[in-house]
Amino acid sequence: MKGPSLMDSLFQRSIDDLIKSLRLTPPGTEPAFIAKAIEEVRREIKSSDPHTKSSALQKLTYLHSLHGIDISWAAFHFVELSSSAAHSHKRTAYLSAALSFNPATTDVILLLTHQLRKDLSSPNAHDVSLALSTLSSICNPDLARDLTPDLFTLLSSSKVTVRRKAIATVLRVFEQYPDAVRVCFKRVVENLENSDLGILSAVVGLFCELTENEPRSYLPLAPEFYKVLLDCKNNWVLIKVLKIFAKLAPLEPRLGKRMVEPICEIMRTMGAKSLVFECVRTILTSLSEHDSAVKLAVGKVREFLLEDDPNLKYLGLQALAIAAQKNILAVVENKDLVVKALSDSDVNIRLEALRLVMCIVSEDNVMEICRILISHALKSDPEFCNEILGFILLTCGRNYYQVIFDFDWYVLFLGEMARVPHCQKGDEIATQLIDISMRVKDARSQLVHVTRELVIDPALLGNPFMHAVLAAAAWVSGEYIKLSRNPFEIMEALLQPRTSLLSPSVRAVYIHSAFKVLMFCMHSYLRLNGDNSSFPSALIDSELVSDVEVDDQNMIVTNGRPLSASSVTDHLAQESILALVNLAEINLGPLAGSNEVEVLERSTNVLGLIKLIKPMLLGSLDNGEGDQTKGELKASETVKLIFDSCSEDLGPISVNAQERVLIPNGLVLKENLDDLEEICGDVKLPLLTSFSLVRPQFPEASSNVDCQGKEESEPASESTSLLAEHWKRHSLYYLAPGNTMATSNDYPPAHDPKDKVTDEAEDLVKLTEKSIITGKTPSQTKPRPVVVKFDDGEVTNVATNRTETKAVLISGAVNKVILGDEATAPSSSRRKPPKSRRVTDESSFGIAKIDQSEHSKAGLGGSKHHGHGKERRRRSSAKDKEHDRKDKQKSDKHRSRHRADKALEAQAPVIPDFLL
Amino acid sequence: MGRFFLVKVIRELSGMILTRAPKLCNFVEWRGYKVVYKRYASLYFCMCIDQDDNELEVLEIIHHYVEILDRYFGSVCELDLIFNFHKAYYILDEILIAGELQESSKKTVARLIAAQDSLVEAAKEQASSISNMIAQATK
Repeated sequence: MKGPSLMDSLFQRSIDDLIKSLRLTPPGTEPAFIAKAIEEVRREIKSSDPHTKSSALQKLTYLHSLHGIDISWAAFHFVELSSSAAHSHKRTAYLSAALSFNPATTDVILLLTHQLRKDLSSPNAHDVSLALSTLSSICNPDLARDLTPDLFTLLSSSKVTVRRKAIATVLRVFEQYPDAVRVCFKRVVENLENSDLGILSAVVGLFCELTENEPRSYLPLAPEFYKVLLDCKNNWVLIKVLKIFAKLAPLEPRLGKRMVEPICEIMRTMGAKSLVFECVRTILTSLSEHDSAVKLAVGKVREFLLEDDPNLKYLGLQALAIAAQKNILAVVENKDLVVKALSDSDVNIRLEALRLVMCIVSEDNVMEICRILISHALKSDPEFCNEILGFILLTCGRNYYQVIFDFDWYVLFLGEMARVPHCQKGDEIATQLIDISMRVKDARSQLVHVTRELVIDPALLGNPFMHAVLAAAAWVSGEYIKLSRNPFEIMEALLQPRTSLLSPSVRAVYIHSAFKVLMFCMHSYLRLNGDNSSFPSALIDSELVSDVEVDDQNMIVTNGRPLSASSVTDHLAQESILALVNLAEINLGPLAGSNEVEVLERSTNVLGLIKLIKPMLLGSLDNGEGDQTKGELKASETVKLIFDSCSEDLGPISVNAQERVLIPNGLVLKENLDDLEEICGDVKLPLLTSFSLVRPQFPEASSNVDCQGKEESEPASESTSLLAEHWKRHSLYYLAPGNTMATSNDYPPAHDPKDKVTDEAEDLVKLTEKSIITGKTPSQTKPRPVVVKFDDGEVTNVATNRTETKAVLISGAVNKVILGDEATAPSSSRRKPPKSRRVTDESSFGIAKIDQSEHSKAGLGGSKHHGHGKERRRRSSAKDKEHDRKDKQKSDKHRSRHRADKALEAQAPVIPDFLL
Repeated sequence: MGRFFLVKVIRELSGMILTRAPKLCNFVEWRGYKVVYKRYASLYFCMCIDQDDNELEVLEIIHHYVEILDRYFGSVCELDLIFNFHKAYYILDEILIAGELQESSKKTVARLIAAQDSLVEAAKEQASSISNMIAQATK
């Protein structure tokens, strides 16, 4: 393409023209207009006239920042223009560079190095500050390394503006090139004593950012900061000093003692809210053991909360959240205001208040708080309502329902939450309903009551958000039907016509629950009648034991309600059973032709069963003849078997259960499955959702110890006889007691929890004990029901390990910034061109020396650095050798070395041990 | 402190902030950061900060910046910033560097900006003389 003509440069569209015409473009044609403008700019930018070029760049920058146009193709032109002598062009170019360069990916940044260096040493202060601003935005490791010496010079510039900006820019340079710390640090520290407010503010700002990451390194500077805290009257500087102290105080308790007074003084006398808030935050985060100060701070927070300014309210709530971590009383004292904030018009404030309310939940107040929250949920907008419900579910479910003492109440409350009009938390509620039904045996009867209400209400079926809850309710009703007062009612509810509104998967649960209810009724009926005649004696004998068990449980659980047992019996008249069967048949008949496989299959199952038992029922109605008895027996036997398989309690199983199953000899597990691990490796295991379908009977293996955990109510003699019986039949599945388990060659069934031997059971006992201990509150008269839980520690350990390693990585990087950790030095120096490599060696030599000197006089972290110091010394001697080897070519670096050494010597006395 | 977004439309943020009614608090949580915003007539100024930065201080900084802009442009309005976006950036560079407040004196900032402008003016006069242009074109 040709360069721009004379006409082009004479009649170039200025930035104003561009903006004006862009604003006049009809909507929709903008992209076309921008594309045309970019085309123009592409031509103009090649001009040799700096003015034309500069305008072109300005237009590009405008389009980039407001319309997000990619202008990386023009990067070279920015560099080119930055060498212009005119300040106006220079600043256009630098601005474009600062806005559009990406330090990590823009290659031409390196071409800017020379120009930046030239401008940094320019006599024109404006050029220098321009270069500094640019450097601070686009700094990358190479730029930082190459420009460190220039920056070092500027740190003692006589021009205040320049020095100030240099100090601020140092921050970015340190971040990108940690070795620069060794060169510049001392001069930065000197500036702390400068009387100019601007410079002081810059230095304090710099340290404020630096202490954020690795506060310990700056502890020796505490006296200087302290002086600033006492003398400085500028709020913005004070805020930053307070931030520094907030980080330093936890490291050195004596420092806290000296800080408290001046900070309280500031809090009392200063009017500026930002400063007062910073004081409050500093005290609450770092000085929480100074009671009087905390009291003062909490008082200030209360003032904030009482103000009309929403900002102060919001911050006050945040401050309380900080206080809550160490001093829950502070929140409790201000509970009235927090609760009031729940109905604030600002959703951010409400959320903050909600979080705070959830922090103060404990066993004693959980009911009261939930009551308040649900009333708020009912009157707030849908979004916040769900936010509240989510928080309640999360808090109450935390750590296996740690705060819940009265499960009967909680289960009722879950039902209530499900009925909140805007509720969209159906999935969570459903999970908790099922989870509690499995874990908390004592809550089951209440749970069945609650789920009955849910299942029976035809209005709920129309709400799609309720479906998950209904599925859980149907499952619970079916599973624990023996605790129900009226199984027939449940059956009717499960088969009501409106269930056609449910999604197929939920409907399948409904049908299966109906199946279970039917089985239960049939079984009870048969047993009642069977006692008289029809049960064959052999069948009764072999199943007698478990029958008694079921019966006992029935009696025990329904103890409180004399009605239930008799009402069940009442309903078991033959006619009603028949009616029940007919009901099921009529309702499920059409579903056998359903398009949904789940629905189809389950309804076919039920229908098949009905087919089997109906002749029997009809037969016995007809006062059966001899040849029918045989068929009846068969049917009743089937019913028995199915019922037994259905009546086994489902229980939660530890996610780690499988790991404890011994791998039998000769079973190759890894083959061909290794590849899967890569895929599945990072899939997070669900914590509570893995259930097995087998009765968790493992406690029986190790006798009475475990029985305390699970089946307290059973008398010991019965359990031992049960155990003996069980052992006789299933000893095959147990591992030899005490002995090594390798002897058995049988395959343990894949998810049979019976294989979990003593250690698992002991875990259980330990855990339940723990839960009892933690859940103990003197104010409650009722004992907390046992919550079955497992040691899922391994899983969580994995998770925390992962985050820990991440933290280690981060702190490693931090160390690199502050201490210039040598471990990383070789890798960074490898990338560098040989010329600057010398500087690296120089400075890392410096580090070793500093470490030694610090080590020898360190009073504070002495023991911590011990091991480190030795290693450093060894390494530094290696460095020394390398250093000598390079001596030949070092003639030109005398100056810098001298400088660094001087910095070292001078630095030692600069750090007085203020604290000792 | 985080980076300053000067009237730069970040769709996500503007969606969050513009929907907020007046007289609510000026802080919004956003991707683990906090965004402090303040509205002046039709202009919104937003600043994204870390969790433990001081929100009130940031509001003061925004106000400080707006006051300086106001002085410079003479009751600043949206058009001033649109047509002089680069100047707004230069002023900002005088106030903040590397996310830290640099100059708390409004007078000093005004003086520095004026000095820079006079440099630019001088250069412009030279560049826009016809003879210079012809010299450029016929080179």
